Amino acid sequence: MKNIPGRFGIFGGQYVPETVMNALIELEREFNAAIQDEDFMEEYRYYLREYSGRPTPLYFARNLTEKLGGAKVYLKREDLNHTGAHKINNVLGQILLARRMGKRRVIAETGAGQHGVATATGAAMFGMECEIFMGKEDVRRQALNVFRMRLLGAKVHSVESGTGTLKDAVNEAIRDWVTRVEDTFYVIGSVVGPHPYPTIVREFQKVIGEEARAQILEKEGRLPDYVIACVGGGSNAMGIFHPFYHDKEVKLIGVEAAGLGLETGKHAATMAMGSVGVLHGMKTLLLQDSEGQVMPVHSISAGLDYPGVGPEHAYYKEIGRAEYVAVTDREAVEAFVELSRTEGIIPALESAHAVAYALKLVPQLPKDKIVIVNLSGRGDKDVETVASLPEVEL
Amino acid sequence: MNSIDLTMNRIDKAFNNLRKRGQKALITYITAGNPNLEATADLIIEMEKAGADIIELGIPYSDPLADGPVIQRASARALNNGIKIADIMNMVRSVRQVTPIPLIYLVYYNSVFKYGIERFVKEAHDVGIDGIIVPDLPLEERGEVFDLSKQYGIHLIPLVAPTSHERIARIVENAGGFVYCVSTTGVTGERDEIQTNIKGYMEEVSRYTDMPKAIGFGISSPDMVSQLKDYCDGIIMGSAIVSLIDKAANKDEMLENVSRFVKSIKQVLQ
Repeated sequence: MKNIPGRFGIFGGQYVPETVMNALIELEREFNAAIQDEDFMEEYRYYLREYSGRPTPLYFARNLTEKLGGAKVYLKREDLNHTGAHKINNVLGQILLARRMGKRRVIAETGAGQHGVATATGAAMFGMECEIFMGKEDVRRQALNVFRMRLLGAKVHSVESGTGTLKDAVNEAIRDWVTRVEDTFYVIGSVVGPHPYPTIVREFQKVIGEEARAQILEKEGRLPDYVIACVGGGSNAMGIFHPFYHDKEVKLIGVEAAGLGLETGKHAATMAMGSVGVLHGMKTLLLQDSEGQVMPVHSISAGLDYPGVGPEHAYYKEIGRAEYVAVTDREAVEAFVELSRTEGIIPALESAHAVAYALKLVPQLPKDKIVIVNLSGRGDKDVETVASLPEVEL
Repeated sequence: MNSIDLTMNRIDKAFNNLRKRGQKALITYITAGNPNLEATADLIIEMEKAGADIIELGIPYSDPLADGPVIQRASARALNNGIKIADIMNMVRSVRQVTPIPLIYLVYYNSVFKYGIERFVKEAHDVGIDGIIVPDLPLEERGEVFDLSKQYGIHLIPLVAPTSHERIARIVENAGGFVYCVSTTGVTGERDEIQTNIKGYMEEVSRYTDMPKAIGFGISSPDMVSQLKDYCDGIIMGSAIVSLIDKAANKDEMLENVSRFVKSIKQVLQ
């Protein structure tokens, strides 16, 4: 059986307490067996198709394209998945893996709440006990998703420690996992954490890129020039990037949260401002001070509000396979409104970061270029946040 | 002092002496800089006087994922005081002038990594540290820290858990100091009881090594210590002591309460 590498260049690894090491080894073994087991993969594809509604469309955004007057813009409609975001792709894979391993209890961290909702959904369908860890700040700003998780039967823990955001939710989920490692499966929501998680999540998200690649070949007869996706931990981005990895002519652009501006220190732009460090079991780029203390981060979007990034993204940056840029809260909100008005599609604030960068890039490109934007989630959860902003009139 | 004393690590010396006297080690933990560094220095001396055999000093970290709420709060408090690693090194250097008690850093890997692994290990050795515990550095990742610790004559204390089983052989291989046996799955913090079958667990660890074995995590009372002591060579107590530090109204009360508690544990171990 082929082994999956535990590192991406210098990034990745397994920096976790000894208590969970055997669990990670068992997880790697079971995952390897599962993805080479045709019955398992068929069941995974069945739920993607019948339960989540895949494949998601690759939608030609005609109005936006005409308005911007540059390259053709396509939107990969991950917002049309069941539960409203790409997160369900990974959750279905991991829940099936949990069931295969005989685990009856699943836990997850969540930032914006989309991964928490997806995990609660999967747990409800497969009859598993489910507990979600969410920073207290995110519980406040993503109240709708908290209600959804509770409705689905999950227990939601509001995490008070640290900055009360996604980073602290991951800490608390790891602490719970260390405590109940023998009966619990930790469903990590992004391409982060100790090996083998970054690889597991990528393998269960790469369906986004595989579909998008086939769809654009069918519609345009060629590959796109740009693929743009937002990056917090980076699962939707890795999901769409990875299948284009060997297509060197396709430029991959990850968009991070510049928050109030990179110069203000209130941002979550790990790639732009971070240095190599270790957090949540992985070596990666990290927003930290000179002593390795992880710094508070800021983004209007709870899903991008994370001081680290998936190790494979750090590797893509290092080898120059992808370019990483950052857009501010303000630009993301403008894009949120713009896509709603132009195409009748309300994007998640996370995805609005990718749209915002497309709004800047596309007008500079000739009309024969093609841009795919990964619309990773829908924005219903963010309407209240946006409506409360003084610069937006609703 | 003879030449053997000069080359022998203080942790090994402590266990040798205890073994000769038929006693078990009392290893106490406090977070450096909680509530401040002067208090930390005083607590080291006070705990030694009260009978502690080895002292662990936690280096405060923003994301202590192996720790429960008590040590998380202690860590946050120390960081709010602006404690830096250099301050802790300086404090240890001055404490080392007045006591030979073995001192161990408990430090998360990112602190060591970001400081510079060799710089950290060398400075720790130079100020008089005898061992390092890195709770998020398993066997698979420990190579560089392990080798440098050996080079500088301090022990990277190996951790095993009730879930380790066949991994124990490789974890203890060539390791020094003592085996830190995590009592139960979970994070640090006081518990009313420990669910693990300690007898079976410690027998399993003993099959792989003759090194001294100390049990830690969740041990909160003299009663628990008396139940555990026959299965090990040492007991590690952290959160129970840190709680006393946090509850004290002033410094005298803090030193007095910690001292009384350490004495009560030591009595059980004698």
